Amino acid sequence: MLTVSSLTLSRGERILFRDLNLTLASGEAVVLTGANGAGKTSLLRAVAGFIRPDAGAIAFADADPGEARARHLHWLGHLDGLKGARRARDELAFQARWQGADADGIAAAIALLALAPLLDLEVRQLSAGQRRRLAFARLVAAPRPIWLLDEPFSPLDARWREAIGLLMRSHLDRGGAVLAAVHDPLPIAARAVDLGAGR
Amino acid sequence: MRALLVLWRRELALAWSGGGGPLLACGFFLCLTTLIPLAAGGDPAALKPVAGGIAWVALAVSSILSLERLFERDLEDGALDLIALGLAPLELVVIAKAKAQWLAVGAPLALVAPLAAITLGLPPMLAPLVGLTALIGGLGFALTGALGAALALGSKRGGLLIAVVVLPLFIPPVVFGAGALERAASGLSPAPAGAFLVAWVLFAAVVAPFAGAAAIRNAQG
Repeated sequence: MLTVSSLTLSRGERILFRDLNLTLASGEAVVLTGANGAGKTSLLRAVAGFIRPDAGAIAFADADPGEARARHLHWLGHLDGLKGARRARDELAFQARWQGADADGIAAAIALLALAPLLDLEVRQLSAGQRRRLAFARLVAAPRPIWLLDEPFSPLDARWREAIGLLMRSHLDRGGAVLAAVHDPLPIAARAVDLGAGR
Repeated sequence: MRALLVLWRRELALAWSGGGGPLLACGFFLCLTTLIPLAAGGDPAALKPVAGGIAWVALAVSSILSLERLFERDLEDGALDLIALGLAPLELVVIAKAKAQWLAVGAPLALVAPLAAITLGLPPMLAPLVGLTALIGGLGFALTGALGAALALGSKRGGLLIAVVVLPLFIPPVVFGAGALERAASGLSPAPAGAFLVAWVLFAAVVAPFAGAAAIRNAQG
């Protein structure tokens, strides 16, 4: 689904890594590990098209990069992109529909992530874990094959780590793939790619 | 198109509910059009020849107030990353945001502009022309304002930078819009200046989406 070839990435004058090769197959989860500053988030951002690599290529199996980024990728970064002053219902509707969800998909996401009691609250009234569940809902509501996740579990309690682990397992079983930057292990089996100690 | 409609409705909701919306722009505009005559001595005969110009300068400055909201907040809270991976390209995102800005700020300003212009000394019969030109110019302000907001993304004191970038781009519509009013007040046809105003808006509609999208991509990296 995704092939990263001979990738060199730098931020400013600092080279994060050189000649990185990585593949992500259908049904596979890959975790990026490494010290702070090793380039985990930057690699995810490069795959998402937010950062231009210094050298190398990022290719998607079934689409050109532009098409893949518009229809095949989900991004869940450190920041959840939610507006504090808006109701959770409105933010979920926007985030999910903007990425192609329909009403049935949104309803399913609400049920799976137990969001119904939160929908009429303003986002600023939600806890960090509730916000993360709300942000995660768009991944469930709008099916896209590749999930790019940056520390997806950090604000979640044990119960919701396990529940979202099951959702990830279900996504992989349907032929999807997960590429995640983590410090803590994922609650599902995953292949690890260590980016090292950073420079 | 449905995705763009979703974005557009969100932008309108943010513009109307958050700070920097239509009330702020209209209030600021009315304050300016009140202060400038007071500072100029308040002589109606002296104000009358420059009434259209004062109204247009006030429109331009009032249009800048909420531009920082357009992209900067989405960059700060991560929404811009999500938006970049949506079904519509960033060029159309710029257009959708500019259109929402126009409806949230430009259109309300076009409604109050005739009142202010008449108060400044323009003949009441020119009120529809003031509103129409302000509406057309407001679209241009929104488009070039969106470009300025995208160029200032991620910079410290982005609001000030937006003003510095955008104000020179606002000179043509101010000249053409005020020119149309001046010609009409003199009994001449406002059409030539109005045509230049429309042409400038079309130019902005072509340039702003591409340049704005490129600036957003640059800021995301």
